[in-house]
Order: sequence, then C-alpha cells, then structure tokens
Amino acid sequence: MSDLRFSGTDRYVATEDLTTAVNAAVTLGRPILIKGEPGTGKTQLAEEIARGLDRPLLQWHVKSTTKAQQGLYEYDAVARLRDSQLGDERVHDIANYIVKGPMWEAFEQDTQPVLLIDEIDKADIEFPNDLLRELDKMEFYVYETHQTVVAKHRPIIVITSNNEKELPDAFLRRCFFHYIRFPDKETMLDIVDVHYPGLKKELLSEALNAFYELREIPGLKKKPSTSELLDWLKLLLAEDIPAAALATGDRRKSLPPMHGALLKNEQDVHLFERLIFLNQRNNR
Amino acid sequence: MLLGFFYQLRAGGLKVSITEYLTLLELLQRRVIRFDVEQFYYLSRACLVKDESLYDRFDRVFSAHFKGVEDLFGPDGADIPEDWLRKQVELGLSEEEKAQIEALGGWEKLMETLRQRLEEQKERHQGGSKWIGTGGTSPFGAYGYNPEGVRIGQEGSRQRRAVKVWDKREFRNLDDSLELGTRNMKVALRRLRRFARQGAAEELDLPDTIDCTAKNAGMLDIKMVPERHNATKVLLFLDIGGSMDDHVRVCEELFSAASSEFKHLEYFYFHNCVYEGLWKDNKRRHGVRIPTMDVLHKYPADYKLILVGDATMSPYEIGHPGGSVEHWNEEAGATWMKRLLDTYPKAIWLNPEPEQRWPFTPSIQMLSQLMQQRMYPLTVAGLEQGIRELS
Repeated sequence: MSDLRFSGTDRYVATEDLTTAVNAAVTLGRPILIKGEPGTGKTQLAEEIARGLDRPLLQWHVKSTTKAQQGLYEYDAVARLRDSQLGDERVHDIANYIVKGPMWEAFEQDTQPVLLIDEIDKADIEFPNDLLRELDKMEFYVYETHQTVVAKHRPIIVITSNNEKELPDAFLRRCFFHYIRFPDKETMLDIVDVHYPGLKKELLSEALNAFYELREIPGLKKKPSTSELLDWLKLLLAEDIPAAALATGDRRKSLPPMHGALLKNEQDVHLFERLIFLNQRNNR
Repeated sequence: MLLGFFYQLRAGGLKVSITEYLTLLELLQRRVIRFDVEQFYYLSRACLVKDESLYDRFDRVFSAHFKGVEDLFGPDGADIPEDWLRKQVELGLSEEEKAQIEALGGWEKLMETLRQRLEEQKERHQGGSKWIGTGGTSPFGAYGYNPEGVRIGQEGSRQRRAVKVWDKREFRNLDDSLELGTRNMKVALRRLRRFARQGAAEELDLPDTIDCTAKNAGMLDIKMVPERHNATKVLLFLDIGGSMDDHVRVCEELFSAASSEFKHLEYFYFHNCVYEGLWKDNKRRHGVRIPTMDVLHKYPADYKLILVGDATMSPYEIGHPGGSVEHWNEEAGATWMKRLLDTYPKAIWLNPEPEQRWPFTPSIQMLSQLMQQRMYPLTVAGLEQGIRELS
C-alpha cells in the first residue's frame, strides 16, 4: 500500500481523530466502521475519501432485506429457467447468469477503490457474520463457476451504522472504529464556512446560537443535526433574513424563522410551542 | 510499555483481542502517526475500542496509564487564572447549585479555600475528599459529586492543549447505556418472532410457482409473495429504583436487546409492584404518570406482557390497599396484577434475583402465585423458558 493520507477536502471538515482513524484504515487496507448521530456526515465521508484520494467510489446500500451474498454476486436462476424454456443459447454457460455485486466490482478495480457499505445495521443480525472472511482476506469463492475472486487491491471499505442492531465481536475485531460525535461550535463554524463561505458573520453566529439552544431543549424526538442546520442556513440565506430577526434574546420566547427545516416532527414543534407558551406565562 | 497498556485495558473491562493489539503495533511500525500522544490516543482508540459506549472506559485507562507520558509533552498548568475558573463554574452550575454555593459562604470564600489548597498541594491527585484532583468528593477538582464543587480541567476547547482529550471524558454519558452480551438475549428473543406477510410481493413463492407452472402445461408461471416480517407485539414493564439498582445492568441489556428485536415494543416503568400509574421517563416519574387503565385499554390482548422486577418487597405492598412505599394506593397491587393478567393472557415475569433465593422471600412467592408460576430467572436460560411460554 502507499503513503496516502486523507485530511478532509474542500467541502468536508474532518477532525483530527477522524483523519487518524481513516489513515490507519487506508494504510492497512482494513475496513473502518463509522457510527454517529444521524446527519453527521457518515455516508458523505466515503464520498469525500474517494474524492480526496482520487479513487473510484462503489456504493452498497443495505436494506432490511439485503443478504450478504448479494454484495458478492447473485445467481439469477429464474432468468436461466426462463431462457431454457425459450431455448436460448446462453443457457449452456452458467457464467451468463452470475450477476456481480458491489464487492466483486470493487475487487476487480485496477486502482484501489473506496467501497461504501451503508447502514449495515439495517440488515439481519447475521449479515455481518456472513462477510467475515470476505473482509478479512478480501477474497471469496463462486460455487457456480468454481472460481475464487481475489481483490486486485484491497479496497478502502467504509461501513456506516446507526446502532439499530449490535454487531458481532468477530466482525468488530476486523474493523477500525470511529464514532463521529456531534461537532462543537468551532468545528461547526468550520463546517458552515466550507459550505457557505459568503455567509454574513453575525447572521451565522446568531443562527448557531439559536441552533444550539434548540438542541438543548429536553424531550425533542429528533434533535436537529448538522445537515439540518445547513439546510436551514440555505433557507435563511435565500429569504435574506436579517440577523436581528434571529437574535430575540431568549430563544424560548419565539419560534425561529423557518423552523420547519430544523424540527422535522409535529410533536417536536408542538412541544416547542408549549414551552414558549409556558415561558411567557412564567415571565408575566 | 504497550504490553502493560494492553493488559490494563483488559483489566479495565475492555475486551481487547490479540489481533487488535498486533494491528496497533503494525500501525505504529508503519508510522501512520507522528510522535504525538494525542494522535496515538486517537489511533489506539480507533484500533482497540469498537463501541462508543466504551470510549469513556478507554479514556480512564489511557489517562491512568499514560500519566507520566503527558508531562513530557508540556507542563500541566497548575496556575489557573481565576476568571477562567469563575466562568467555568458559572457555565457548569445550575441555579440551585449556585444558591448552594451562596449558602456555603459564597463564591469568594470558595475561591479563598481553593487558593490555599492549591498552595498546600504539590502533586496530581485522584480520589479522596480533600485534595484537588479528579473523581473525589472534595469541592475542588473534576467529575466529583460535591454539588458546590469547582471544575478544573474540563474546559472543552481544541486549542487548549494543556487539557488532555482523554481527560475531557466526553463520552461519559454513553457508558453503561449499552453493555456487551446483548446478542445472547437477542438470540433468545428471536424465538418470539411471529412472522406475517405484509407489504410488496418481492419473494419467490416456490410451491405456488411449481403448482402454477404445472397447471400451465410446463410454461413458467412465477408467483411472488411479500416477505415475512416479525409481527410480535410486546409490552415491557420494568421495575425501577430501590432494590432493582443491583440489577440495572442486566435490565439494560434486556431492554436494548428487546428494543432492537421487536418493532411493536411498548415499555413502561413501575416501582416494586404495578399500581394505578405507570411512567415512561424515570426522570419525570412523579410528574408525568400514565394511568394503568389507559394502558390496559390502549393495547389489545394480542400484546404479550413481560414484567421485569425482583419482586422483593414487603408483602403488604402486594396484598393491601395503601401498601405502596411511594404513595397511597386505593387498590392493592394484587388487584392490579389480576387486571393485567386478565387483559393479557400471554404474560411472564422475569426476575433478576437468583432462583435459589426465591423460596425465602414471601413477596416473590406471592407474585409467582399471582403469575400462576410463570416467573422465570432473568438469565439466558430463563429467558428462553419464558419465551417458550409466551410463544
């Protein structure tokens, strides 16, 4: 492997702990498992590693119905059966019905690719166990054609998880692990700066204050996260709302403008309105 | 030196494996990091810890092991500007706590004492009740339990290199929210899966396909069915507080296993025995109560009821009106238990107390009788028996 180093890109702010973990994974060619609150840029990380290191990116989005085998290859028996009924010539070669999955494609790349396995916790509880050997040795065996597929270059595998299911120890032992924690105010300033370089300074600091106050409110079903903040700022910019409108002093007295971008849940908006109401009554 | 660290991690309750240790050594050999403790901290954490709830434990071991090393990288600032401390305290304390400080002679007196102690004390200190350090009950230092304490060294700024990242212990909240070993429980809970076919037809129905193809004179006729989903509904009632404190860990394991295994899971808390009120948030147990009657009416009888509690209490709390330790209950706990069991015929009680002790606790006997002997120990084996009863 090479002396590649990832240090964030022009549109992704990576903290030192994150880059250290990523570089360890890149150097040894081992998978890296990324966890964190929704909206903290887990999925985007893989795209940015690929961009930062100038490598092709392959994506495998896992759903509750995804099987580990589908990442390697699938044998399309139904198509073959149909072809046999119609007397197609292709039917004599089984290789015609092997459909390559994203992992196989990653193994075949001529340069070391980045492979994203997104939301691995959505799949069945046995899913990670079925990938142990593939992730360890970076090879697998195709039973139908009796061939062993070996990776030309060990891909940089980025795995994301939302912690819906626990992952088995044997799987975890083969990965590096990083938990993206919610960025502090300074990192958040960097992040916003990367996305909206022209943003007026005061508007930004007022908006950030409003945002962190909102996150402090107990009992919110879904706390607004980084991606929601960025959306909200986009709206504020588009509507050209002055900073003064945000600085009402106490956030608990009024809803911030365009709050729909931050609070995604009817109950949360109700809760918030109720808090405002209570607060006004207390102040009277 | 790293070997000592490795064993210290294992002693600290982190299940670090040999392969992970060797991986870390390989990374160091390949010079992934510069010679920098902070980077080494990040690297070893990514390599050795695989669960954010264990970050805090790792931080503690790291801090203990590399205490000497950090001194090589710069002095640990002993002279702390007063205004910084003041700001820190004002940020970290609630209104009540500030009032408590006032009661103790106020801010000025507190700072005066702190200055004296700082002069008396020459070295780093941990624990204890007088010196400035971490984890103690002295009013000065960090992470202590004294409400009027002064926090030193918890300022969370990236620029302030004197404060070590691992000493910030940002992941403290996450520890104990999840524990290892829930997989066993999940496997046991899987028995309770009852599958129903719902949603889009996307799976091949082989028997039907064969049938229809045969009827179709050999021409293929593919039949699809929706995939099976777990349709089991579970009501989980958890005893909390008091004698249950000893069993918090195993209950958390059960809860985290159950909440990821069942789509329809509703949980409620109670104390010792079920009475007319339940609650969902233990912090607001006295404020927001849900009438048990509402729960009985809201969730239909096809829900399976799992009660978790040690059932260890005074027999009056079950048998008599007004027996509850927390409030005046109009009706006896036994009445409420009967109501629950009448509504939910499929019910079990899981008891974290060891089974050998059951015969010696009258209240366990009473509840077990009320449950018609459907009380099982909260172990993987007991859970399996109980689940068999439920399914």
